[in-house]
Amino acid sequence: MTPLQRPPPLPWRMAAHAAVIAAVGFALYPVLWVVSLALDGAQRPSGRALPWPVAPSLDHFRAVLFAHSREGTWLFARQLTNSIVVSAMTALTAIAIATPAAYALARFPKFVGAQSGTKALLATQMFPGVASAIPLYILLDKLHLLDTQLGLILVYATTAVPFAIFQLRGAFESIPKDLEEAAMVDGATRLQAFVRVVLPAARPALAVTALFAFMSAWNEFILAATFLSHESAFTLPVALQRHVGEYDAAWGRFAAGSIIVSLPVMALFYALQKNLVGGLTSGGVKG
Amino acid sequence: MWQRGYHRAVSSLSLRGIRKTLGANAILKGIDLEVPDGSLTVLVGPSGCGKSTLLRTIAGLESPDTGVITLGDRDVTRAEPRDRDIAMVFQSYALYPHLTVRENLAFGLRLRKEPEKLIRARIEEVSAMLGLDTLLDRLPRDMSGGQRQRVAMGRAIARRPKLFLFDEPLSNLDAALRNQVRVEIKKLHATLGATMIYVTHDQVEAMTLADQLVVLSAGTIEQNGPPLTVYAQPVSRFVAEFLGSPSMNFLEATVAKDTRTLRAEGLSLTLDPARFVSLKPDQRVLVGLRPHDVQPALDGPAMLTLAIDVVEAMGFEAFAHGHVAGSHFIARLSSEAHALPKPGDTLGLTLADDRVYLFDPESRRSLARSVP
Ligand SMILES: Nc1ncnc2c1ncn2[C@@H]1O[C@H](COP(=O)(O)OP(=O)(O)OP(=O)(O)O)[C@@H](O)[C@H]1O
Ligand SMILES: [Mg+2]
Repeated sequence: MTPLQRPPPLPWRMAAHAAVIAAVGFALYPVLWVVSLALDGAQRPSGRALPWPVAPSLDHFRAVLFAHSREGTWLFARQLTNSIVVSAMTALTAIAIATPAAYALARFPKFVGAQSGTKALLATQMFPGVASAIPLYILLDKLHLLDTQLGLILVYATTAVPFAIFQLRGAFESIPKDLEEAAMVDGATRLQAFVRVVLPAARPALAVTALFAFMSAWNEFILAATFLSHESAFTLPVALQRHVGEYDAAWGRFAAGSIIVSLPVMALFYALQKNLVGGLTSGGVKG
Repeated sequence: MWQRGYHRAVSSLSLRGIRKTLGANAILKGIDLEVPDGSLTVLVGPSGCGKSTLLRTIAGLESPDTGVITLGDRDVTRAEPRDRDIAMVFQSYALYPHLTVRENLAFGLRLRKEPEKLIRARIEEVSAMLGLDTLLDRLPRDMSGGQRQRVAMGRAIARRPKLFLFDEPLSNLDAALRNQVRVEIKKLHATLGATMIYVTHDQVEAMTLADQLVVLSAGTIEQNGPPLTVYAQPVSRFVAEFLGSPSMNFLEATVAKDTRTLRAEGLSLTLDPARFVSLKPDQRVLVGLRPHDVQPALDGPAMLTLAIDVVEAMGFEAFAHGHVAGSHFIARLSSEAHALPKPGDTLGLTLADDRVYLFDPESRRSLARSVP
């Protein structure tokens, strides 16, 4: 935008703001309902149009946070750890495998198998993970990896890695070759050029890709519910679902749990927002 | 401060029979070139003629299919870029986006594990030389194009390489800045006494910077020599047309019976026969006349008759565009505004001195006798 560009006329701006406010309200209304449910001491949803708690209390949060199993394990802490470990390791695995793969595809797009390999990766993305739930269950069972963090990490990585490869390939392609070549003329080996120049330049993309892998693992429910049967092995989404189990639907606890589960993701988004908005490569080449 | 000629290790470069094919295209078709120690050699040529490819081959970013590259007394044909002791300034500058100016300058030195004290001294020296002192803690994205360009040069200088390569380093700057930095590069070359190869397709840069001017055309060296010699004695129509602004005018003409007069419609020129290879009666030739070498025929007879279409007045000079003998023709006029001709006029022109160039219409080679 040039500084000389005139701002749009006032009625137009007001209309635009009204539209944005309406859209935000539309998106936030259900969220506000969840918040109000979580803070409401009443047993059933009030059914009012206004999302405001009838009898405000923190009981639901307490119930979720301090639930213990029959053996006396502090379930929430256990399940939170499960979720964190599984999600973080999924993200780490995805980045560790996808980074070199994506770099190779971006810089040497003609090596043997590059084309067919890319297509195969794309094909894996076309099937929803649930489609392979049963074969995966059998596999994990044979490997004695049911009810383990490792099993879940492996399953999540199978979808996270291809996705990360596509994301990062685009990122590496957008990093000018000149940068690496400058580094190599300056005295770097190819590996040094990659580690000292390309990786730092790709840092925003790496952060965003890791965040996506982390989030999809963090939020995943169906596969986790399929492969986990012990309360102490649950990830948070599975644990959450048990609050609205067969006998009674504890919507208040469910709502409180949902908020607790969302908080880390929101925090991560907040921490990484700079990377989500602007790239770091700008300014390296050209005027 | 900086010592003139900071290292006296011989850093001449010699290329022999360099060929390079990329994909299905022969890009370099046998390049032989000597770049003397301490010289500034400028490579010029139209877009796509292989200038960057040649530079990248010298840097080791491409490896030649055949040929030998010698730097100093070492054969570096197959050496890795990092083992060549060459610095390159890219057209895009290629500054490391995540590093401050200071760390950009230090990058090569750190890779070579130079002691911290030396690195600090070099950064100081280079930033003083290029006026980067106040920018040292900035990131590339927070600087103007001119400042980035300076950092890119500083990064090369800080390493004190045997050989500097510049790939169109000024093409992303605006005209005023380009003129300024061009002069600075010339000074820098004098100060450092280093060997430099400079690629451009700007002929002003080429003429003003070069000790040795190399004109490339489609992967071969068309001509090579001191810039004024190349300008005054082009070996071919290609070189003649490439150097000089506006470009040389070309007219088809026929040699008269006396073998020393050229004739065409609106043209009658008498040549100094000593300057050209012997011409035959009725031979077809291509006559080259630079816009700056003609002047209005005020008293004497006109050698050319220019039918004027457009006059561009620049204040101190003017260019008359029109036709002679059916070919487009530009003449430079030094006269004041009131004397300028108008579109539709015809103007009689004579030649200043004997500045006429002749080329063979088929081979397009020069017909001058004393071509180097
Ligand atoms: N990887 C490649 N594969 C095939 N052809 C290539 C490749 N890289 C460059 N070329 C071709 O080689 C020729 C020379 O390219 P080069 O970049 O050396 O030209 P240049 O003289 O530097 O041009 P410019 O003035 O536009 O920078 C061009 O015709 C280009 O299309
Ligand atoms: Mg080029």
